[in-house]
Amino acid sequence: MIDVTVYGLCSAALVGLGLFGLIVHPEALRKVLAFNLIGGGVFLLFGVVARRGATAGFGGDPVPQALVITGLVVAFAATALAVALLLRLFQEIGRTTLKSDG
Amino acid sequence: MPNYTTAGGFLLVLAIVLPVAGALFSLVLGGRRAERVVLMLMPAGLAIAAAIAIGVWRTHNVLQYSVGSWDPPLGVAFRADGLSAAMLVATALLVCGIGLFARGEFSSSRSGETRAPLVFWTLLLAVWGALNAVFIGGDLFNLYVALELLTFAAVPLVSLDGRSDTIAAALRYLLFALFGSILYLLAAVLFYGAYGTLDIVLLSGRIRAEPVVWAAISLMTAGLLAKAALYPFHLWLPPAHAGAPAPASAILSGLVVKAPFFLVLRLWFDIMLRMPEPAAAQVLGVLAAAAILVGSVVALRQARLKLLIAYSTVAQIGYLFLMFPLALKPETGHPWSSVAWTGGVLQAISHAFAKAAMFMAAGLIAEALGHDRIAGLAGIGRALPITVFAFARGGLSLMGLPPSGGFIAKAMLLTAAVAEGQWWWAVIVLTGGLLAGGYVFLVLARALADPSEPLTLLSSISPSRQAVVVALALCAVLLGFVPLRPWELLQIGRLDIVAAGFR
Repeated sequence: MIDVTVYGLCSAALVGLGLFGLIVHPEALRKVLAFNLIGGGVFLLFGVVARRGATAGFGGDPVPQALVITGLVVAFAATALAVALLLRLFQEIGRTTLKSDG
Repeated sequence: MPNYTTAGGFLLVLAIVLPVAGALFSLVLGGRRAERVVLMLMPAGLAIAAAIAIGVWRTHNVLQYSVGSWDPPLGVAFRADGLSAAMLVATALLVCGIGLFARGEFSSSRSGETRAPLVFWTLLLAVWGALNAVFIGGDLFNLYVALELLTFAAVPLVSLDGRSDTIAAALRYLLFALFGSILYLLAAVLFYGAYGTLDIVLLSGRIRAEPVVWAAISLMTAGLLAKAALYPFHLWLPPAHAGAPAPASAILSGLVVKAPFFLVLRLWFDIMLRMPEPAAAQVLGVLAAAAILVGSVVALRQARLKLLIAYSTVAQIGYLFLMFPLALKPETGHPWSSVAWTGGVLQAISHAFAKAAMFMAAGLIAEALGHDRIAGLAGIGRALPITVFAFARGGLSLMGLPPSGGFIAKAMLLTAAVAEGQWWWAVIVLTGGLLAGGYVFLVLARALADPSEPLTLLSSISPSRQAVVVALALCAVLLGFVPLRPWELLQIGRLDIVAAGFR
């Protein structure tokens, strides 16, 4: 059970760090990286949930693992789209900092 | 155990498969044929949505389909209740209107093989498929995938013209949307960890008032609000919606922001069925009131027509969320709560038609004049009377003047607010209506004024495209003739009523 707690705390730390980065940094690339950090935390939490299901007597709950694979694909696609937009923006104006005002 | 999949359940699969297959085909076939694929699929999609609505209406029950015959909790269910059916039909009608309108703007026969038409037609189908998946999804993780599909289809629509400011707007939109979706996913895993299911109906039966549920609901709501652009998450919306080409703006403002709102409804009315939270709903109400006031006042100060309409979307999204404090009462089945429920949903649908018509009218005006500065609109009322009429009809619905869907929706919200003694929301509804009157009048007064020098139009606008805009505006008007009482279709399959029947 102790490993579940450690991984759970790790995932909470990753989500917290990522949220901080996503909100605070004006640089778009850092925001994309921070989004991936949160994603890592959430996927780790899926692992924790699968493992906790395992302690209930199964050999490991397969549903969260299936969800993680889908989640990874979605996060990868999101990152690819964001980086493509970012590169195009850099080609156009030479910087990728988003102003904080609307 | 009864068969999970109901008769007509395959229609739900078709509602997703048809647009998605169409999107893939138009990508492969390319250019000129993409437009034809969309035009062929539009009537088919409309027929499917209508068939689903008729099926729900006839049987007075939900349509269900379990994918691969695996029933929940292990399998994934599609489920269409009355609310889904209403949204499906509204979406199909709007997509058809937008598609017909866009033939003039993204016609590949005129411009040859270019990037923008191909991307537009492909993504129009992708948005349609994703919206249908959101409206009939019965599984929280499946809904996450649907929401992400919607985001990935919607973001490139913002930057179709490839200018640097629209790319920046698209990037900002994407970052807000990713923030929202990752919070949603985090909440979904918390739900799964606590109750071992992601199916909405099963979850609503198992859920209890405990800390993990509060955390999950707060995270999910915050994430969805970021995607729905409710104040204070509205910053991404005006540049994105105003920068997109007119048909794309119409999809984004009319339909795309309604999907996260729809999921907040699912979360607060279906999943939280057994533990309504009037206090938390008041918080949503405060955000909604702030959205209405801030959005409307900022809209009044805009110099450009499309930005004005985009800020008015921020305000109108506020009205959608006003239904939460009004409809979420501890005693479920209260008649006034269903009035607020119907009013809120009607607001979503009538705003979709009205706002799509206004954005497309603004697009035609910008095409004719070569700009969309409000100060330079003088004389356009004489040059394009039909377009300006459609804009005004849409505007009347936003203000809440009869006959229009907006009037019925706002009247219902007002009725609920007064009947429940929550008069402060009534003040907000009325103030928002006055401010909307202000910004619509601002535009119309300019448009109907005599120009100081004769107006020269850059290009003539085809009557058929103006007719489409008027047709959508008239849909918003027709919604004004639904009777002023709880709408029966929207009640079908609502979990609280189903649960009350079991008791």
